[in-house]
Amino acid sequence: MKFMIALLVMGILTQNFTLAKFLGICPFLGVSKKLNTAVGMSLAVIFVMLLATAVTYPLNMFLEAHDLVYLQTIVFILVIAALVQMVEIVLKKYVKSLYNALGIYLPLITTNCAVLGVVILNIDNISAYSAYGFGFGHAMVSSFAAGAGFMLAMVLFAGVRSRLETADVPKSLEGLPITLIAAAIVSMSFLGFTGIVEGMGLL
Amino acid sequence: MNAILIAVATVAGIGILAGLLLAILSKVMAVPVDETAQAIEEILPGANCGSCGFSGCSGYAAALSSGKTTETGLCNPGGSEVSAKIAELMGLAAADVTPMTAVVLCNGTEDVAERKMVYEGVASCKMAAQLFGGEKSCIYGCLGLGDCVSRCPYHAIKLCGGVAVVDYELCRACGMCVATCPKKLIELIPKNKVSAAVLCKNRDKGVLTMKECKVGCIGCMKCVKTCEYGAVTVESNVAHVDPDKCAACGKCADSCPKHVIEMLQFKA
Repeated sequence: MKFMIALLVMGILTQNFTLAKFLGICPFLGVSKKLNTAVGMSLAVIFVMLLATAVTYPLNMFLEAHDLVYLQTIVFILVIAALVQMVEIVLKKYVKSLYNALGIYLPLITTNCAVLGVVILNIDNISAYSAYGFGFGHAMVSSFAAGAGFMLAMVLFAGVRSRLETADVPKSLEGLPITLIAAAIVSMSFLGFTGIVEGMGLL
Repeated sequence: MNAILIAVATVAGIGILAGLLLAILSKVMAVPVDETAQAIEEILPGANCGSCGFSGCSGYAAALSSGKTTETGLCNPGGSEVSAKIAELMGLAAADVTPMTAVVLCNGTEDVAERKMVYEGVASCKMAAQLFGGEKSCIYGCLGLGDCVSRCPYHAIKLCGGVAVVDYELCRACGMCVATCPKKLIELIPKNKVSAAVLCKNRDKGVLTMKECKVGCIGCMKCVKTCEYGAVTVESNVAHVDPDKCAACGKCADSCPKHVIEMLQFKA
């Protein structure tokens, strides 16, 4: 149980995918303009991450059994791409408004490195946390944590950007430059969580 | 050799499986596409302005194709041309759409309008209007910060001497600027004829108006008395021309001591 909480805290705060590992920057900058699209995108990413982990974890066991670990990347990308397409079809049918709001960013989850990252890191974690018996359940928890961390970063940044809209920004920094600077500051603020897992005695 | 075969079979197998699943899913979950609605949407200008009363062009197209409305002339930016095309496609009656244009009813440029302060806040009319009604002494005047300029999908509005000015050629009368202006200064008027327009909305009493702006309407009633067609009225100390009654004789413009009334010339 302690280890589960440790995984959650790590995924959301100390090893936040967007702000500490710098994965999934494209949607982080692209869809964080409005709070509701940011939340919608994050929910889609969490869903895809969970689904992708659920499929790739057993798939990896198959690959290891046949000595095909070198195929990991290509097979995982294939699976993730197919999953995203399925999510897209389902969203188009049942949640048209979210489908319209996400627009191009939904197919872009396919190549969202955060999703591939979470899947591959989960596989790496099996050996890294073998002392804690890292298994399928742990993999699901840590991918949920990664998705929730992505959501936290998106929601926080949507707030920052709505303030930026009305801020008096120097002409040369208007638009993307000031957004990147703001992202860097938010990212630095997350350094403050360093050591929280060890400090709480969770690991 | 065997290792290669297994690798190829694995990737190919996963690929085929995913492809099959997707193919089945796209058939099962297929969303029926309304082809008439799509055709109508292609005819519509695509500004999504909402002047038709539906949620954007796709909303209007869907309403037309599903029979919720039979009026083809609701699209202001499209005009009679679009109405005729839709009517032809749907077998409905074409409607005559009077070409309209937006007009900014303020002439108070920086050199004629007094200022009560220097505003250095966010460059947005909406924001400025909340701070003592804006920079100008006249709280009814154009703030000149360009909320309408950035809103206009046709780039038809420009700032000219601190006042927004509409390019009547480019304006498609979608009405987005009308809804945006915090001072409610913009009106839609027909542009198929010459018409007089009072370029002021100052409702203060004449004495006050004179202090606030050199080109403010003081409600002196001279134009009302001159007009032979009863097109000009004065309400709350400001004159207004009814474009339907206006015969474009130009007498009101000549009589106005403040030169607030202008004959708007639209090219056909």
